[in-house]
Amino acid sequence: MEAKQYRKLWWNLILTTLSFSLVPLFLLGGVIYHQFSVSYTARIMDDMKTRAVNRCSSIDLFLDERISQLTSLANTQTLDQLKNEDYLGRVFNIIQTRSKSFLDLGVIDESGNHLAYVGPYYSVLKQVNYKDEQWFHEVMATGIFVSDVFLGFRKIPHFIIAVMVREKNRNWILRATIDSDVIDNIVHLAWIGKKGDAFLINRDNILQTTPRFGGKVMGPPEAPDFANATRNLAEEMDFQGHKVLYATGIVRVKKWVLVVQEDPTEQLTPILQARFLLLSICFGGLLLIILGAFATTRAMMTELMQMDRVRAASDEVAMQSSKMAALGKMAAGIAHEINNPLAVIGEKAGWIKDLLKMDLADPENFQELSEAVNKIEYHVVRAKTVTHRLLGFARRMEPVEERISINTVLDESIDFLENEARYRNIDIQTNYAPDLPLTSTDQSQLQQVFLNIINNGIDAIGKDGEITISTKTNSRQSDIIVEITDNGPGIPKDVLQKIFDPFFTTKEVGKGTGLGLSISYSIMEKLGGRIMVASEEGRGTTFTIYLPVR
Amino acid sequence: MENFKMLIVDDEADFLETILKRLKARKIEVAGVDSGYKALEYLENHDVDVMILDVKMPGMDGIETLREIKKKKPRVEVIMLTGHASVESGIQGMQLGAFDYVMKPVALDELLEKVRQAYERKMIQEGKS
Repeated sequence: MEAKQYRKLWWNLILTTLSFSLVPLFLLGGVIYHQFSVSYTARIMDDMKTRAVNRCSSIDLFLDERISQLTSLANTQTLDQLKNEDYLGRVFNIIQTRSKSFLDLGVIDESGNHLAYVGPYYSVLKQVNYKDEQWFHEVMATGIFVSDVFLGFRKIPHFIIAVMVREKNRNWILRATIDSDVIDNIVHLAWIGKKGDAFLINRDNILQTTPRFGGKVMGPPEAPDFANATRNLAEEMDFQGHKVLYATGIVRVKKWVLVVQEDPTEQLTPILQARFLLLSICFGGLLLIILGAFATTRAMMTELMQMDRVRAASDEVAMQSSKMAALGKMAAGIAHEINNPLAVIGEKAGWIKDLLKMDLADPENFQELSEAVNKIEYHVVRAKTVTHRLLGFARRMEPVEERISINTVLDESIDFLENEARYRNIDIQTNYAPDLPLTSTDQSQLQQVFLNIINNGIDAIGKDGEITISTKTNSRQSDIIVEITDNGPGIPKDVLQKIFDPFFTTKEVGKGTGLGLSISYSIMEKLGGRIMVASEEGRGTTFTIYLPVR
Repeated sequence: MENFKMLIVDDEADFLETILKRLKARKIEVAGVDSGYKALEYLENHDVDVMILDVKMPGMDGIETLREIKKKKPRVEVIMLTGHASVESGIQGMQLGAFDYVMKPVALDELLEKVRQAYERKMIQEGKS
């Protein structure tokens, strides 16, 4: 095999090994990572959602409590009682003992005038008329009002809760200011870890509590606009180029939106760790597999090359031994063909000697003498053609490419075997295409193939039969086709598959090397052609040899 | 003057013709045929002491002919004549009962010597029986 083919095989082995090992590895790694990341993210999201809902519930609870405090206060006291600022002050103090979240308390009549006020801004707020305020109209219409957070005069974030009371034929309003610190504290409980954040926004996307990072109360938050959120949701979003996890919850009483915000790099650290671990394992596996693939491929290639070398050497030996076998067989045939004329020549010479002892003047004896000399000459020529043919064959044992006529090569091959065939009463018929093109090929190797196959035909027939040799070209004139058909017993199917195998022989031990057809097969491959065989038991066998026209 | 009767079987016409002439010139009672079949046919009607039999012949070859002869006329001594030094066919011939084997080309005197030895053996064996 050539270096290029080895190289190709090497690549094939490496790539196959790598793909069959790496694909499952990466697939497994990917699936595990994806599965883990999905379930872990889902858990984190769930957690955030729960937190948002919890905080909202707490805020709702707080607001509900404040509203019910005010409502019960308003409904248990009369306007006349509460108009009295001393009384109102006492009530305020009682409330304050239980909850510091009330900053002040005011009583307002239906035309917006402050009837009574308890709180730190008495001088400012006592005179204020609220009849043109938005909240005043709302509370008059709906009975209960909770404001957004604002800074007001106090410059601290707060909001108001107002309840309207119907008392006989007049309505009045109890209004309280609530320090939004309490709301802030509730929301701040959702600040988790080092980067977790939570804040409240109103429906105009204005912050109601101070976020941990970025943004101030009464300002816009540094986050996507969740002002229109209607449900408890959690999702990952891109914000200013970063991936951020958000969860929302709705405060029922005031329709504020609670936004819980997490940095995925912090919350999802276990996933990142898992990813790192997986990548490390995959990378380690990759290295191991590559090393392993290279090592095993190398070992295999070395083994293969070794085997190829051994096989090439044994092929060489087999080729040589087949050549020697062919030579031996030929030598025997040639000895016979030369010894026969020699025997005649010997006898003629002996006869001449005998005649010399007789009377040569006798014209009969002279005639005998002359005839004997002619016969000697004739048989010398006969022996000469045999030796010349042998010389031609020997010369062609060296591999050379020459332009040759296949018909001629076949004729020469038949010459070698004609005697053998004649003794066995086997008729060799030829049916050549007269216009067969010449082709460049190695004549002696081709002759070896023909000799092998014709010889096998003779051996197969044994005695009394016919071998037909025909030549033609295929329709495109690209191949010469030689068909050698014998009418011997044919080859059984199970044997037919093996006839080109080296050392397979059906001949007796010592009669055949089992190499003839295998060598012929490899010779034809080397010459760019091929051999095919078709056989029918009881009918005979046809070997078809294809040789390219070059 | 020899007193044995010879038969020569060879498909090589020139060889057969010449050797017959030479043997007849030596006053030997000899006949020749060019195939195994004809040899068997000849043996049916004629008395033969020693036979020279070519191994390689078309049709019925020497070995086969020998086998037939040994079946029908085991007393006839046979000397095998081969065109090449095939020890194998020589040994096969001996196993089948040939007296000896000789390789072509062979000097006539040498061949006659073998014929005489074969004839002697035949005489001894006939004397015994």
